[in-house]
Amino acid sequence: MLVVATGAVGAVGALAAISPLFVSMAPSERAKAAGAPVEVDLAKLEPGMLITEAWRGKPVWILHRTDEMLSRLGETAELVSDPDSKLPMQPDYAKNVERSIKPQYLVLVGICTHLGCSPTQKLEAGEASGLGADWSGGFFCPCHGSKFDLAGRVYKGVPAPANLEVPPHQFLSDSRLLIGDDAARS
Amino acid sequence: MKSTLIFLSFLSFVGLASAAGGGYSLDRANIDASDAESLQRGAKIFIDRCVSCHSAAFMRFNRLTDIGLSERQIQQYFITDDTVKVGDTIKSAIRASDAKAMFGVVPPDLSVVSRSRGADWLYTYLRTFYKDETATTGWNNLVFPNVAMPNVFSQEQGVLRAIHSTSGQSGLTLQVETEGSLNTDAFDDLMLDLTNFLVFMGEPAAEKRKQIGSLVIIFLILFAFMAWAVKREFWKDIH
Amino acid sequence: MLRPVMTWIDERFPMSKMVREHLTEYYAPKNFNFWYFFGGLAIVVLAIQILTGIFLTMHYKPDADKAFASVEYIMRDVPLGWLIRYIHSTGASMFFVVIYLHMFRALLYGSYRKPRELLWIFGMVIYLCLMAEAFFGYLLPWGQMSYWGAQVIVNLFGSVPFIGPDLAIWIRGDYVVGDATLNRFFALHVIAVPIALLGLVVAHIISLHEVGSNNPDGIEIKKHKDPKTGKPLDGIPFHPYYTVKDIFGLVVFMIIFASIVFFAPEMGGYFLEHNNFIPADPMKTPPHIAPVWYFTPFYSILRAVPPMFGSQFPGVLAMGGAVVILFLLPWLDKSPVRSIRYKGPLFKTSLTIFVTSFLLLGYLGLKPTNIWGQIGGGDVATLAAQLCTALYFLFFLSLPIISRLDRTKAEPDRVTS
Repeated sequence: MLVVATGAVGAVGALAAISPLFVSMAPSERAKAAGAPVEVDLAKLEPGMLITEAWRGKPVWILHRTDEMLSRLGETAELVSDPDSKLPMQPDYAKNVERSIKPQYLVLVGICTHLGCSPTQKLEAGEASGLGADWSGGFFCPCHGSKFDLAGRVYKGVPAPANLEVPPHQFLSDSRLLIGDDAARS
Repeated sequence: MKSTLIFLSFLSFVGLASAAGGGYSLDRANIDASDAESLQRGAKIFIDRCVSCHSAAFMRFNRLTDIGLSERQIQQYFITDDTVKVGDTIKSAIRASDAKAMFGVVPPDLSVVSRSRGADWLYTYLRTFYKDETATTGWNNLVFPNVAMPNVFSQEQGVLRAIHSTSGQSGLTLQVETEGSLNTDAFDDLMLDLTNFLVFMGEPAAEKRKQIGSLVIIFLILFAFMAWAVKREFWKDIH
Repeated sequence: MLRPVMTWIDERFPMSKMVREHLTEYYAPKNFNFWYFFGGLAIVVLAIQILTGIFLTMHYKPDADKAFASVEYIMRDVPLGWLIRYIHSTGASMFFVVIYLHMFRALLYGSYRKPRELLWIFGMVIYLCLMAEAFFGYLLPWGQMSYWGAQVIVNLFGSVPFIGPDLAIWIRGDYVVGDATLNRFFALHVIAVPIALLGLVVAHIISLHEVGSNNPDGIEIKKHKDPKTGKPLDGIPFHPYYTVKDIFGLVVFMIIFASIVFFAPEMGGYFLEHNNFIPADPMKTPPHIAPVWYFTPFYSILRAVPPMFGSQFPGVLAMGGAVVILFLLPWLDKSPVRSIRYKGPLFKTSLTIFVTSFLLLGYLGLKPTNIWGQIGGGDVATLAAQLCTALYFLFFLSLPIISRLDRTKAEPDRVTS
């Protein structure tokens, strides 16, 4: 009995002794501090164009959607698995059909919700995309073939389980966007 | 023997598999790594034309001694800036931030571009620029659509136009609009020299690797016979 | 001169005893064939990897800003650095070639059957460690394939229900694959896993020498011993017989190995992938991404299983299960005989189907997803991968039944050549 108890206490001590090693593998303070918001100037972003900005080491896409692109969101509504953005992949203020604050500016984290590759931009609809004539424009992930529409909504029947994430963001003025901070809005 | 056969068939399978690539079908770059003159011409084109925007940050100037140039020649013909020493790596003339402002992207470092793209890709890419007013630089490319780089060899090559046709790949064929200073064959040779150099730069030790390799294989084959003889000697009593 | 020294050592350390037990008086069956080269070759490749690895470590920098450049520094500026690097990168792939053939041998001749279950399990753990070692090592050149490969594999852990996302962050040490990840993968690659591997290899060999080697006939040579000497009649001392034979096999292997190192170090993009000559770019995934060839069968299984309940976890489970089920092999095979030589048509057919599906899964895994939909039109490739995945598991699940029903032949009393 004493031997068992001593053994148990010893095992607890041994576990406690090695636990710091495992704790040390969690993100450091430096890694935690590296997530400062990023400011983007939208003045040069022509309609139909997309720019990529780095935020917290991840690509963030800002897409200036044309009216034609926005109209295609109606076409894809039936093809995507979460057309109403029910899953919490966006802040509440972007929980709408366009998944954005201003309909023309789409802000997305460019990381596939499947296994973290960065999808390729296939913004143009039709045959030229290489994805078939019925492609409505959007994003295609090269790793496992997931497809997303021009609001980052995931197609049905692909590996990715959820829509692309909309990061917290806010407009500082008409042409200035702040990614990573939405204090003024919420 | 059986093992050798299995591995040979495995090797040939790998060779076949690697030949198949996607997209635009590429022209074959018939480069000759032992042709020092071709390499030297390629090096000169590279330094004169590519380095204005691109760097080769892992390539040292004095590595050009591997293709038959002396350090004096390198200093004289390949280095324009007096502060650059012959042991330095090749840096681009343009600042990264300026390039980003001009082209929208920082031109990639070209040290190992031949290893990621392959010789055939480079050779085809360099020769398939065409005039396209809708592109930001005014140039487009058949193997690299919407590329950010303009055709820096338009003076030599002339200006090409893409004509929609059903016979060409991806529905486009190239036609000469304005003649350049070189005819097509001469321009192709020039680009072959450049490709040859880019491949050399991707792996400067490649020729030495093959030389040492031949000796190693010859040694191993001789040793294999000896090892086989020893094995047979020891095993002659085992039935 | 030598004898007093040996005596001096033997009084303090069982040197002669160990040499006798593991070399000069370890009796191995005399009928080993081609398939019995690969165990020894695996040890040689391990030694090559450790040796070249030590010297690469002298020049390599595990820093996200410097890693790619330091590899090119090794390739260009370090004298013969390219040679050491190519030996190491070729060795990684050849390690898997050798190990897969070594495992196939066990499948052929029933080397996992009682009393060699633990030997098989040690071997399987070595295989797992080897996969981890290869995965950690693959991040180090910090090219595009390194980066996105690590991103995908770490995110596999992120799909574990409840703890997944935190687990993935803990593995990376950051919110994305970054400097912290590279640094720790380096530590695991050069210290942690190699130590585990060495220990396991010793355990594997001790276990082998305890139960004795199997052979292509799958019968025990210990059944027939010389009444006078007590030595197995069908056994021969490992040294010198198998040492000289294995040296010959090793030289032939070295010819193949050197041919790759010196004449095809990229092996057409399968040993060194083309995209890995582009520095890691967290903003952009290359358009054609596929894991290195030795992982592709399992990668295909992952891709073949569709997401269920809005989660990729079932695919991850299937992939993990495909490895774990190999551990159970000793208890799934109920055949009265060990070797394929005496097994019946059912097992032979089943094994052929299994190996074919495994190779086909490997082939499909090499092909990018956008091409998957184009082979034969429609989703033929996806269906093929799903079929092969089913067949892969069916081999194991049907083995208890097949091995009982099969028409086996009688095993011989003594080994045949």
